Amino acid sequence: MDLLNTNLLSVITYLPLVGMLLVLVTPAQQTRLIKWGAIAFSLIPLALSIAAWAGYDRTQGGYQYLESMVWFPQINSVYKVGVDGISLPLVVLTCFLTPLAMIFSLGIEKNPKAYFALFFLLQTTVLGVFIALDLILFFLFYEISLVPMYFLISQWGGVNRRYASFKFILYTMFASLGMLLAIQVIGLASKSFDITYLESALGRPFTGNNQVDYFGWDPTVWKAIAFIAFSIAFALKIPIWPLHTWLPDAHTEAPTGGSMMLAGILLKLGGYGFFRLVMPLFPDVFSQPILPGLSVFGAPFTYGVLLALLAFLSILFGAFAAWGQTDFKRLVAYSSVNHMGFVALGIAAAAAALAPDSTVREIDATIAGSGAVLQMVTHGLSSAAMFALVGVVYERAHTRDLTKYGGLWTIMPIYGAVLIFCAMGSLGLPGLAGFVSEFMVTRGAWSVHTLLTILSMAGLLMTGIYILKAIQKVLHGPLGEEWRHHPLKDMNFAEILGVAPLMGAMLVLGVWPALALNVINVGVQGLLR
Amino acid sequence: MSHESITTLLWLAPLPPLLAFAVIALFTNRYRQTSSTIAVLSMVASLVMSFVVFFNVWQMKDLGKKPIGGQIGWLPTGETVLNIGVAVDPLGATFLFMVPLACTLIFIYSVGYMSADPRYTRFFAYLSLFAGSMMGLVVSDNLLTLFIFWELMGFCSYSLIGFFYQKPSAYKAAVKAFMTTRVGDMLLLLGMVYLYAQTGTLNFHDILHNEEVLKGLAAAPAVLGLGISAAGLIAILIFGGTVGKSAQWPLHVWLPDAMEGPTPVSAMIHAATMVSAGIFMLLRFFPLLVASGEHGTAFTLVGLIGAFTAFLGATIAVAQYDIKRVLAFSTISQLGFMVAAVGIGAYVAAAFHLLTHAFFKALLFLASGSVIHGVEHGHHHVSHSGHSSHSSHSSHSSQLGHEGQEGHGGDGHDAPDDHDVHAFDPQDMRNMGGLRNRMPITFVTFLIGGLALAGFPFITAGFWSKDEIFADAYYHGLVKGDGLAALVFVVLVLSALMTAFYTMRQIAMTFLGQPRTEAAAHASESVPSMTFPLIVLAVFALFIGFINIPKDFPVFGALVGDGAYWLKNFIASMLLEKPEPLAFNLIPVLFSIGVALGGLGLGWYVYARNPLQAGQTDPVEKLPVFNFLANRWYWDELYRKIFINPLQTIADNYSRVVDKNVIDRILEGGYALGARVTKGFAEFDRVVITGFSDAVGRFFRGLGDWGRELQTGQVQNYLLSGLIMVIAIVVFFLFLFQ
Repeated sequence: MDLLNTNLLSVITYLPLVGMLLVLVTPAQQTRLIKWGAIAFSLIPLALSIAAWAGYDRTQGGYQYLESMVWFPQINSVYKVGVDGISLPLVVLTCFLTPLAMIFSLGIEKNPKAYFALFFLLQTTVLGVFIALDLILFFLFYEISLVPMYFLISQWGGVNRRYASFKFILYTMFASLGMLLAIQVIGLASKSFDITYLESALGRPFTGNNQVDYFGWDPTVWKAIAFIAFSIAFALKIPIWPLHTWLPDAHTEAPTGGSMMLAGILLKLGGYGFFRLVMPLFPDVFSQPILPGLSVFGAPFTYGVLLALLAFLSILFGAFAAWGQTDFKRLVAYSSVNHMGFVALGIAAAAAALAPDSTVREIDATIAGSGAVLQMVTHGLSSAAMFALVGVVYERAHTRDLTKYGGLWTIMPIYGAVLIFCAMGSLGLPGLAGFVSEFMVTRGAWSVHTLLTILSMAGLLMTGIYILKAIQKVLHGPLGEEWRHHPLKDMNFAEILGVAPLMGAMLVLGVWPALALNVINVGVQGLLR
Repeated sequence: MSHESITTLLWLAPLPPLLAFAVIALFTNRYRQTSSTIAVLSMVASLVMSFVVFFNVWQMKDLGKKPIGGQIGWLPTGETVLNIGVAVDPLGATFLFMVPLACTLIFIYSVGYMSADPRYTRFFAYLSLFAGSMMGLVVSDNLLTLFIFWELMGFCSYSLIGFFYQKPSAYKAAVKAFMTTRVGDMLLLLGMVYLYAQTGTLNFHDILHNEEVLKGLAAAPAVLGLGISAAGLIAILIFGGTVGKSAQWPLHVWLPDAMEGPTPVSAMIHAATMVSAGIFMLLRFFPLLVASGEHGTAFTLVGLIGAFTAFLGATIAVAQYDIKRVLAFSTISQLGFMVAAVGIGAYVAAAFHLLTHAFFKALLFLASGSVIHGVEHGHHHVSHSGHSSHSSHSSHSSQLGHEGQEGHGGDGHDAPDDHDVHAFDPQDMRNMGGLRNRMPITFVTFLIGGLALAGFPFITAGFWSKDEIFADAYYHGLVKGDGLAALVFVVLVLSALMTAFYTMRQIAMTFLGQPRTEAAAHASESVPSMTFPLIVLAVFALFIGFINIPKDFPVFGALVGDGAYWLKNFIASMLLEKPEPLAFNLIPVLFSIGVALGGLGLGWYVYARNPLQAGQTDPVEKLPVFNFLANRWYWDELYRKIFINPLQTIADNYSRVVDKNVIDRILEGGYALGARVTKGFAEFDRVVITGFSDAVGRFFRGLGDWGRELQTGQVQNYLLSGLIMVIAIVVFFLFLFQ
């Protein structure tokens, strides 16, 4: 038990690796054992993560469950992990979604052993990113997380999986290159990779003594390069328009469980990166004009405004694109662009308060930042649920073409009710969790980026259109001729078991958001101070 | 009763229907009787609690200054917490009377009306959620929870309008309702965040009964340099929510289509819940309108939109044949009366008309449902006994699609099937006539509702509330010389004239003369569970007006004695400045009597003197503007052309044009360029990468079968990802060991 007390985060993070080994030593023909065993095993990290949640001291805040040991002394990198109010919810989300995504992988017939092993690997790497407090460690987990995802898409994906997986890994690796460069520059500037040190006034890169001037470039140039490199890497992951085009392909081609993890968790790495690295390490850059003297509507066109602008375009174009799809899964995939745009908008608003001379009120920034973190959690729930439900109907009808469904509610009453519930969660219906986070982001961003917030409402309006379109095309109308003769079975017990926790979580967080916000709020406050 | 007990009741009042929704949806959805019983009982429980609250507070003179309620922290925001809570103030109290009463009657009515529907339990689940949300909205002491319940009602109306989801017309109407009101909701959301950002709270009392806050809002300039005060802009944004929810022009188009839902739903939407909620919220924010300036932009906008909508709705209603559609446009028009009243500062009059309208419009819708039901039965009777030349019974079951085969159609034939134009339409008034003998209770109650809508003098509630609006508009416009109020007065008088006319037209076409179809000739009176609510509502439609009789009104003022102006005295404490009581003025009263009787008389002259015969053309078709009115001024077509179609085109093409053909092309170009640049390293790459992928292959083969699969056909991908890895590593080392 002592191991649990002192190394709780590491135990949570590496337990899935144990699961992976267990899967690998199980004989391949024991598919039921592999599948259900994996699901059962994944409940252990979930339980521990909830324990970590419960044990987190909200009054004190800051990083807790810290672990630190020498790891790579040659380059000053240490094995340092810990969680705060921003990462802890995402750790719990990861552990929560993994078993559910596994339930929706029960139908995997091709080599389930490899599939579930990769799933565990994916969980470990993602958890690693959320708990890492060392830049090298962070980067390592961040990069390795691509590998299992790549194979999940390329081996178990749909018809177009080659193209999609290739595009996915190429995009993200390309973006990571710049981040790796930036990490190196930061390491050389501050002579440390310890994130807690880098966040402090003493260790913050490109301030005080922590300067670099390679090639004789001005230190501010290096700072800008590092900032931009990080931002591109994370923006692509969120994804922010126009760096989003890998997403619809990857999501659409991935197997159901993979899509759930991809949309539910992997996208959050981008938003999380902004919170954990970009905002604390470059607090003043968001308020700097992109080009000296460049201004729009009388206000300087800063990096923060650019981010908010792109966030607005993500919200708007994500909605337009989703509305235009005829492929159910692609529609849901594009909805992520729409929803994650609110995360970006919240980040842009919260970051505006970071500069020392900022006039943005702390309360506005806190609400926007908390809203963005909460939006990551709520989008994790709703998008995972939506992908699961796409999977349910795809498995039965063998088509994702929205024009081919129609009237399915009549023969799948449970599915219809569940789909409407989850779609409404995705739409941001008050009473369910998505509303709270969108409200908070809108509220926080209003005071900072007023015009863009107003414009973003147009995107939010259209969220309604594509959600209702999906419901209508699948459930409403007369029952299609084809399904009259080949009636589709309603959701089975395992599927209900897989989606019910997501629905429950959406409802609970929608009715009582303080449950999550008590922790998130502390984390965002700590960040903004 | 102590304040604590009242607060507890307020917390509890919305819960029974909400719980009923959950219980029916999760557990009893297979048991019809149980589900409807649960729903009705939950509503009665809610009603009892609400009435206890109401009768404890209805004589408190300063309830507006000190509302009773309680709060809890809900949303942690930095160091502070946003509270939510419940409260009862005079405006809320009157709604605590009206809403559960109307809802309970509608629930009871539905037991009979929906009895043949295969999705009976689902209907009651939605209806319970609907009613529970409205109750929650009424007891909310803050804009945030009001908005939450507001949106939940939007969802319920979407679900219930699209209840017959197999019919394209039904789901289209549902989507239209949801999206049109959502336009308003987005404005409301913006208004809410603006208000919250500006004041740090969303509590009604703290903002709207607080001179300091209101002054601050009035003094602050609005964002984006719009040239009005923050108070004005917030009021306008919030009013946007009302425009959507209460179906004001330009967002009125959803309401007429909303009758695609079963008729009890229309009664819910048009009377007790949805549309009332919009006006209710506007009334709540009346102090903000006042703060934004007596003749400010916000007031002017509200007044103009209300007056225009009142006129628009009334003109269209004249040219409709669908019995429910006439009522739908009359709702739009009457809501316009209320909004216009708010726009000229007639706070009490607007609230008064909202209350009376809720009762008589619920009555009219339920009575029209009874008519439709009766005509439907007549039609069944006819087609079963083979009297009819129509062979449309088969088309009836096809409307229901699959489920028509499972159970009897019930309300599935509520609306005409738009695929089969020859199907018998039980809602078309041209198919009715002479129903007064076949359905006496329905006739009398409908007549009462109709007269109340027309504002028949003295004995109907509609007269008193409409008269109150006229009195205010006349006083401010023609006595005080306020241009807006004068305009409102003229427009509303005209609209009221048309209202009385189309009401008489409707009554005559439906009930008078001889039956124009076999179905109408064989119509039968509805069951008691349907007629009982009609009778109760009829009583209210007659007498609820007595809650606000002017003190010095001849005869009636003396009749009610101390009860005069109860409503005004009660809810005026909501406002910081008590509205000055108007001296009795005979002129607006004469107008009010004149237009009601004039319109009814004209309607009588045209339709009742010589009732329409079968096959005879309706005289209004001779009007040169008939087509314009029958097509609802072509607003739907206009919106389709200028909003929906262009947006649809963008949506259909966006991902192909922008994502695939622009963004991806650019990135592919960059990728090709990069590939060319790195060609120089080809030799080095090949050696390293081959080695790398071989090593990977060996490693995975060692783990099991799956390693081989990873290799097949992946060589190019490997090469490229490996290439990038190598570049990364090179960069890494260049920096590390420079």
